[in-house]
Amino acid sequence: MDMAALLNWMIFLPLIGGVLCLAVASRQAARQVALWTSIATFVLSVILAAGYYGQGYAGVQFVTQLRWIDSINVEYRTGVDGLSLPLVLLTTALSVLVVIASWDIQKAAKAYLALYLFLMTGMLGVFLALDLFLFYVFFEVSLLPMYFLIGVWGGPRKEYAAIKFFLYTLFGSICLLVVMLGIYFFTPEAAAGGASGGGQNTWDMIRLQTDPAIGALFARGGPHWGFAKLAFWLTLIAFLVKLPGVPFHTWLPDAHVEAPTPISMILAGVLLKMGGYAMMRITWPFFPDAAILFWKCAAGLGVISIVYGAFCAMAQADWKKLVAYSSVSHMGYVLLGLAVLTRAGFDGAYYQMIAHGITSAMMFFLVGVVYDRAHHRQIDRLGGLWLKWPAYSGWAAVGFFAAMGLPGLCGFVGEVMVLLGTFQAVGNPGFPTALVYTYGVLAASGVILTAGYILWMFQRVYMGPQRAEYAGYEPVKGREYFIMVTLGLAALVFGVVPYLVFVMTNPTFDGIMKIISVAVPAAQTALGG
Amino acid sequence: MMPSIFDKIATLGPEMILGLGACLCLGLGLAPNIAVRRSCALVAWLTLLLAFFFIKDESSVLFAAAGMTAYIKRAIVGLGLLLLMAVLTLPSQWTGTLDEEHLHHRFDPALAFRGEFFAFFLLSLAGTMLTAGASDLVWLFLSLELASLPTYVMIAISRQRVEAYEAAVKYFFLGAFAVALFLFGFTLIYGASGATDFAAIRRSILFAGQPSALMIVGLALAVLGISFKIAAFPMHFYAPDVYQGAAAPIAAFLAFVPKTAGFVALMLLLNIPETLPPALLGLIAVQAVLTMTVGNVLGLLQTSVKRMLAYSSIAHSGYMLLGLLAPPMLIPVAGPGSALGNGYAGILFYLVAYGLATVAAFAVIALLERNGEEADHFDDMAGLAYRHPVLATILLLSVFSLMGLPPLVGFAGKVYLFGSVFSRANVYPWFVWLVVIAVINSAVSGVYYLRLAGVCFFESPKDRLELVTSPTRWLAACAAAVLVTALGIVANPLVSASRSAFMPPQPSSTAAIPPARSAAPASVPTWPTTTTPQSTSPTF
Repeated sequence: MDMAALLNWMIFLPLIGGVLCLAVASRQAARQVALWTSIATFVLSVILAAGYYGQGYAGVQFVTQLRWIDSINVEYRTGVDGLSLPLVLLTTALSVLVVIASWDIQKAAKAYLALYLFLMTGMLGVFLALDLFLFYVFFEVSLLPMYFLIGVWGGPRKEYAAIKFFLYTLFGSICLLVVMLGIYFFTPEAAAGGASGGGQNTWDMIRLQTDPAIGALFARGGPHWGFAKLAFWLTLIAFLVKLPGVPFHTWLPDAHVEAPTPISMILAGVLLKMGGYAMMRITWPFFPDAAILFWKCAAGLGVISIVYGAFCAMAQADWKKLVAYSSVSHMGYVLLGLAVLTRAGFDGAYYQMIAHGITSAMMFFLVGVVYDRAHHRQIDRLGGLWLKWPAYSGWAAVGFFAAMGLPGLCGFVGEVMVLLGTFQAVGNPGFPTALVYTYGVLAASGVILTAGYILWMFQRVYMGPQRAEYAGYEPVKGREYFIMVTLGLAALVFGVVPYLVFVMTNPTFDGIMKIISVAVPAAQTALGG
Repeated sequence: MMPSIFDKIATLGPEMILGLGACLCLGLGLAPNIAVRRSCALVAWLTLLLAFFFIKDESSVLFAAAGMTAYIKRAIVGLGLLLLMAVLTLPSQWTGTLDEEHLHHRFDPALAFRGEFFAFFLLSLAGTMLTAGASDLVWLFLSLELASLPTYVMIAISRQRVEAYEAAVKYFFLGAFAVALFLFGFTLIYGASGATDFAAIRRSILFAGQPSALMIVGLALAVLGISFKIAAFPMHFYAPDVYQGAAAPIAAFLAFVPKTAGFVALMLLLNIPETLPPALLGLIAVQAVLTMTVGNVLGLLQTSVKRMLAYSSIAHSGYMLLGLLAPPMLIPVAGPGSALGNGYAGILFYLVAYGLATVAAFAVIALLERNGEEADHFDDMAGLAYRHPVLATILLLSVFSLMGLPPLVGFAGKVYLFGSVFSRANVYPWFVWLVVIAVINSAVSGVYYLRLAGVCFFESPKDRLELVTSPTRWLAACAAAVLVTALGIVANPLVSASRSAFMPPQPSSTAAIPPARSAAPASVPTWPTTTTPQSTSPTF
């Protein structure tokens, strides 16, 4: 089968499924449609992954290139590489679980499932788009369903949370728009040394990364170095909002607290990854010299996110809010890993995204299971759940300990590699030893803080004597066990065999590191290193 | 040989059709038989349809910008068809007595036996179309007035309410003041150049080397006067009151038709000097920034949907004013084959994008009523999605397009417009900051648009809303919403059409594509096919 066509089918199959959900007569039918659409999408993504392996792990594969808005050189260009493939698999796999988790949604279930499937199209589009304009379109399109999913199906302050979420992200993406326009107008100057299509305006993301002539435009001392510095910050802000990192994180706790459980799962599991992915795809490779210049600020923001997020999590009385702040803390590692510009840091940042996709979805689900029965999330009103549901609590231990970074579970790998990468940066030009150590030690202390809030929470929720009101709670359903067990096993597998991810990403990351390391000697001279 | 005025008059087929239709409506409106009176609406609609097919691409000799003339004519007639449909409601009975007129307090020309309304409607559209064909100051002045004068009456008779009369009077007096301003400007331009013909004025500037101070003052005054038509700072403050006082479909008319006339006039005037004098450049930049900021900030405070849309109209004028800073150039700025770089074309595109979204939003408001009044308050819209999901979706598409969210047409418009401004950053580096201000404004505008969407979708419904019976209004709202989406996803035809509007027309050109149709012929490249190497090296 033509893999490029398959890739496009994968993007738009959920869209078709979503329309079908609206069209079918009954709720039950809509659920079946949603389930089978997401399973089909997952199967397609697995076929795609298998095909990608077969291609000898080369760069971007299965590219579709169609003219879209000719007059401004916008193309419909999609393809997959090692940077996007694991995230695509994460998205499709998690989507199946989220549909299962959404089985009990009663309010306007058809519209809910349709919006959810539209969201899937948006997410897959973001990861698979290779044209900056198309990327932007999908980036924004993925916003809308989420806005409604929070706003309609959310908790008491849903309206506030939905609008806050939307505005923050809109602000971010509008920063990206300025950069897009700038890139568009400056690229024709790369005609002289351009590898292909010289003199043309371009939004081809791969060319923008790899074409040395374009790179020279935005390099230190290049004709648009000033713009590159501005653009680095604008794109960083755009994706920091999504990641989210301090100081643009405040939408996240609100959104999570109000969102229904399955939506929290996908929001933390995949939508946040769009931010990290975009940083790896756009911010760092497009403006590597600016990334070197500003690494201290970027890494500093990462460290602040780690520590501040952890302290915030510790202070929460609301269980779901605690998990939400843990996302801020965990995603701080992504930013730190990128900012230190080492291979281990980069790998760690990416692995952290995959691991967090598994653990955060699981944590939100674990909270949701209890919330469905207790109808509150106050940690101090819970306790002794282990005695009530030993099996559930066992899997909860796997999920929370994976998030904590217990060795052998997936959370450990990412954090350790980021820390490793941070300390590796010592001695690189422009990376003062004292500062790197400070960052490294602070980030490492985040691991302890994480253990602190998770263990403390675990003790208050699961340990101790049972409460009387548990008697009326219905038992944990098989469906819920399926989700927990799947995610728990994934946490285990990816904790033991990180190679499963790196085998896909390695060749691509080699390429990206080459772009960034080309930039290092330039900085060397400039900084007198 | 200079073309004579008669050659030009010969091109005015569509306008003449509209004029004849207007006369017919006036006559029919006096008929003793009520069914005949009520046919005015149909006559007006058929007149527009007929005029649409008479719009031709004209030669460039007769017009200052022939491509733009045809584009604007098509846009005006196409959207005029939608606007007229939005005006009409279904009469509950086709017979009745003239006394019944007093029973209908809400806006309903079809029920209220008013032929003159449709006559004015057609005349105002004809005036806007004539504006697009202007190549002379006197012509420009007269056509602008023809576009404006009928609107004063249309506001007054749109509702039998004191607010409507107040709005009409306010609009009239401010309009008269604005006319005085731009007429004064025209006089100064004439005084500086000794000519009223655009080409002659341009030659006199070329001859003098640069525009004289008198000329610049004249142009500035003209810009200021025309600011009234487009609701731009500092002539913007009437808009909320007038939009709120007028019936919703008339507010849509006011938001689109005079704005189009105003921007067309501005483009024609500011294109007279070879390059925009720095003083004017600064004036327009400051005006644009103030307009969009004032519109968006005050839009945040509104509780009336119509007032909110009025402030949004002001803000959108601000964005479009930016386009005036990037006049068309012979050498493409943005590399070969790119449409970005021509701000005027961006304005043309944006006008249609804005018009469609606005028509959709106002048509939805006009379709809802509470106790026989327009449902205008944000609270009235609560839970609209649960009562009337289609209307809520249309409103949603409309506000998201106004917000500039892909893949709707408003987003393409913003990229087009802001991109064109960005393309001149090589000459004026501070243009980058204009773009930054504009996109921040877009983000701010998101707050009030989202509030409306949130009220419709997230709040629980209230019982007070009733639906107005009007199939044509439904159709207009749906058509506008479909176009907002379709022209966003398939943006190429409209982009090429607006781009070719400022290119030398080609023989038997099919480049200008009617905006009211989404199915359009393949794009016709109109940049010179020979690749022109970029002559300037932009620096940031």
